[in-house]
Amino acid sequence: MTDDDLVFKALADPTRRFLLDRLFVRDGRTLTELESELEMTRFGVMKHLRVLEDAGLVVCRRSGREKLHFLNPVPIRLIHDRWIDKYTERQVSALADLKNELEKTG
Amino acid sequence: MTTMTDAVTTQMYRVYIKATPEAVWTAITDPEWTQKYGYGGRGEYDLRPGGAYVGYTSPQMREHGAPDIAIDGEVIESDPPHKLVQTWRMLMDEDMAAEGFTRLTYEIVEISGATRLTITHELEGAPQLAELLSGGWEDRGAGGGWAWVLSSLKTLLETGEGFTH
Repeated sequence: MTDDDLVFKALADPTRRFLLDRLFVRDGRTLTELESELEMTRFGVMKHLRVLEDAGLVVCRRSGREKLHFLNPVPIRLIHDRWIDKYTERQVSALADLKNELEKTG
Repeated sequence: MTTMTDAVTTQMYRVYIKATPEAVWTAITDPEWTQKYGYGGRGEYDLRPGGAYVGYTSPQMREHGAPDIAIDGEVIESDPPHKLVQTWRMLMDEDMAAEGFTRLTYEIVEISGATRLTITHELEGAPQLAELLSGGWEDRGAGGGWAWVLSSLKTLLETGEGFTH
């Protein structure tokens, strides 16, 4: 399976999308926190998190005894940049435009 | 010691790149390389603890009236080509500058012929910067934050082509 296949497979499941949504709202959660919001066994949630990790959509970090789960948007970004930006080429003048925008509205 | 608050405000980004750890390290720390991807400015490091980091704006940003320096900071730990820890402060917007220094860690690990780059950005007390770095300002022309930067870094190292800004 290619990296993209892993991402699409991981996203093709409502529980896994729910987990990503929870991490989007608040990042760096433990398994216990994530599990508490799902009607599912701890083992079941672990399996889903494992699929998300394998696809690179979740990255873990140890903090003392805790394992914290973070949403990693890069794999989706890679798909976006390759498949979508190709068709919507546009100028990104980065922070300079942000500054101008703020000065206009500020 | 990481507290719950740190976990909530920390952002992590990871990408696998078909390149050597040395190439990834160079792309992050060599100003000739930093201008080829992401926001496209030169990044100058004095790679020793306490050494200065200056992230310059790109020529294109300056054409739009941006100041010379976009980011400043200080090197905390430099272990080429494995780990770089630094402070990082965005200067291009007054409110973000006022949020002060954040802590940024680059970790580079070789895994089965590819290189895994992980960015951990600790953003406690910097909610506006956090929004910018997570891509929340992209539709206002401020770039897509770290995910966008890493995507363009991967493209540059794997294909030799950076993004055109």
